Amino acid sequence: MPDDILNSFMTGPDENGRFGQFGGRFVSETLMPLILELEAQYERAKTDARFWAEMHDLWTHYVGRPSPLYFAERLTAHFGGAKIYLKRDELNHTGAHKINNVLGQIILARRMGKTRIIAETGAGQHGVATATVCAKFGLKCVVYMGAHDVERQAPNVFRMKLLGAEVVPVTSGRGTLKDAMNDALRDWVTNVRDTFYCIGTVAGPHPYPAMVRDFQAIIGKEAREQMLAAEGRLPDTIIAAIGGGSNAMGLFYPFLDDKEVHIIGVEAGGKGVNDKMEHCASLTGGRPGVLHGNRTYLLQDEDGQILEGHSISAGLDYPGIGPEHSWLHDIGRAEYVSITDIEALEAFQLCCHQEGIIPALEPSHALAHVAKIAPNLPKDHLICMNMCGRGDKDIFTVARALGWEMQG
Amino acid sequence: MTRIDTTFARLKREGKKAFVAYVMAGDPDYDSSLELIKALPAAGVDIIELGLPFTDPMADGSTIQLAGQRALEGGQTLDKTLQMARELRKTDNDTPIVMMGYYNPIYSRGVDRFLAQAKDAGIDGLIIVDLPPEEDSELCIPAQNAGLNFIRLATPTSDDKRLPKLLENTSGFIYYVSITGITGAANAQAADVGPEVARIKSQTDLPVIVGFGIKTSEAAEAIAGVADGAVVGSAIVSLIEQGKPVPEIAAFVKSLADGAHRAK
Repeated sequence: MPDDILNSFMTGPDENGRFGQFGGRFVSETLMPLILELEAQYERAKTDARFWAEMHDLWTHYVGRPSPLYFAERLTAHFGGAKIYLKRDELNHTGAHKINNVLGQIILARRMGKTRIIAETGAGQHGVATATVCAKFGLKCVVYMGAHDVERQAPNVFRMKLLGAEVVPVTSGRGTLKDAMNDALRDWVTNVRDTFYCIGTVAGPHPYPAMVRDFQAIIGKEAREQMLAAEGRLPDTIIAAIGGGSNAMGLFYPFLDDKEVHIIGVEAGGKGVNDKMEHCASLTGGRPGVLHGNRTYLLQDEDGQILEGHSISAGLDYPGIGPEHSWLHDIGRAEYVSITDIEALEAFQLCCHQEGIIPALEPSHALAHVAKIAPNLPKDHLICMNMCGRGDKDIFTVARALGWEMQG
Repeated sequence: MTRIDTTFARLKREGKKAFVAYVMAGDPDYDSSLELIKALPAAGVDIIELGLPFTDPMADGSTIQLAGQRALEGGQTLDKTLQMARELRKTDNDTPIVMMGYYNPIYSRGVDRFLAQAKDAGIDGLIIVDLPPEEDSELCIPAQNAGLNFIRLATPTSDDKRLPKLLENTSGFIYYVSITGITGAANAQAADVGPEVARIKSQTDLPVIVGFGIKTSEAAEAIAGVADGAVVGSAIVSLIEQGKPVPEIAAFVKSLADGAHRAK
C-alpha cells in the first residue's frame, strides 16, 4: 500500500480518462468536441473557489448537508459483533445521494450557458434530483426512463412531473437503465448546442466518472471527519451498494489511501450470480468490455452483446459499473461481493424494525452484507455503511415481493 | 491499394460519384440478408457497408436498432457476419465491403484475432462509431497495420481545430455525417452539406462521402452532387423491416444508385 503521493490511489484518471485500462472516451465523433469542452470547463471549475462556495452553500441550505453519521445501536446489538454506523445520505433533500452530484453538474451547465438538461434514470432518484435542481434554477429538464422502470417506480415518475420535468419512457431493449442511457446519448447527439447531459453515476465517457466521483466524494469526506470525531479513529470497514457505483465511489474515494480501511462494494446478485445472468453483478459475473463511453466490466455474452441484468432494485439494474470500481477491483484495493434479492429484502425489513429507518432497496443490499460479516467481527470493529437512499419509492415493490396487497 | 482505393480510382475515371448502401448483416435472417447483399453490386452499389449488429447502438435511430435486434434474434453472430463477406467474395472480388458497427463485439473477440479474420473474409475497411481519434491505439492503428482501411466519421461538430486530428489516421474515405443526430432522423440538406464537404476537402485528398438523412433517389443525387458520393442506410433497412422481397428492395437500391450516379 502506498505511503506517498506517487503511489496514491487517488490520482486517477490519467489525461486519457483511464483508470488503468478502464474508462476512456468511447463516443461518436459528434459528441467528442462536447466532452472535451465539458472536461475543460470542469477542470476550470474544480480549482475555482467560487464554484465550490456555491456548491457548499447549496449543500448546506438546499440539500441539508452534512448528513449525520448515525450509530445504529440496535442493529449493532442484533448482530452482536462490529459497531455499525450509517452515513445518513437518505436524509438529503430528494431522499438520496444523487442530488450531491446533480448540483455540481447543473452549476457547471449554467456556467457553460446550457439551457436544457437531459438525464437518464433507473430507480428515478437521479431523475427526481435532476428535475428538482432544474426547477430551482428554471432550466428545461427531460428525463429518459426505461418503460419497465416507469412502471415499477410510479411515485418517482409523478414527482418528476410535479417538478416540471418531461419524462420520456424508453421502450427499446428491455426498457431499463441502460436503454434510457442510450436514448439520452441519442438526444445529446441531436441537440448538441443547448443541451447538457447530466449523468447520474460514475460511468460514461471521461470526464464523467471522475467528475461525478468528485461531487459525491463529499460523502466520504464528511464520514471520515465524523468518524474521527465520534471514535477518534478511522472506520475499519466501509461498505456501500453498487449499481453504476456513485454512492460507493463517493464514500470510498477519500479513504483510498487509508491502507488500514477495508473497502467493500456490494453488487446486486438478483436471483443468484451463477444463475443464468439473472443478476447485475458486473464485477463478480462479467468481464471487461466497452459500453456507454467507457471500458469497464460488463454483463455480456461470448459475442460481446450486452446482456440485460436482473435486480429487484431498479437503481442497481445496470449491466456495467463505473470504471474506477473496475480498476479498484483488479488492483485489489476494494473487495466486491454480491447480495441476492431475497437477502436484500430481509435486510430491508430488519432495518425498518431495528432502527425505524425505511431504507431504499439499494442500500438494503449493503446492509445485507453487513449482516453477513458483522456477527463475526470483534465489538471494537467499526463499520461505516452508506445509507444512500430512503425506501419510500420502493414500498410498492417490497409489498409485491412480500405478497402484501396494496392499492398503488 | 485496397478495393476501396481501386473503386474510387475507377469512379474518378468514369466521372461518377459513389453510391454506398448500408444493410445490417443477418437482418431479418442470414439467408435473405446474404441474398440481398449479393444483389447489391448489380443494383449499382459501389461500396457495401455491412452492419455488425449490436445490442446498444447509441448513434443509431430506431430503424437500425430494430434491424440489429432482428438480426440478433435471428441468431446472427460476428462469425456469421464474417461468413457473409466470404460468401460474397466467392462471386464478387471487386466491390469493397466496409464493416460498420460498435467496438464491443470486436473488443470481445480480441482485436488481433478479429483483424486477421476480417482480412481473411475479404473485408476492406471498418467504420466503428464509438472509436474517436482519441482511442486510435485501440483498433485504428492495428487495423491500418493489418491492411484494412479505417474510415472516420466527420460531423458538423468537427470544427477546423479538430479536423486535422480526425484526418490523421484515417484512410479509404471520410464519412461525413450530414446532421447532428442519429441515423434515419432529419433530412440532409445539400445546401448545408456542400460547404462542410468543401471545408473537409480543403484539408484532405481523401474522397468525402455523405450519409445520415438521405432517403430518396433525388436526395442521393443532390447530396452526391456536393460530395464524392452518398450513403443510404435506414431507407433501405425500413423496406426489410416491412418484409419486402429482395428483388423489390434491390429495385429501390438501384433507384438510389442511379440518383447518386446522375450527380455531376
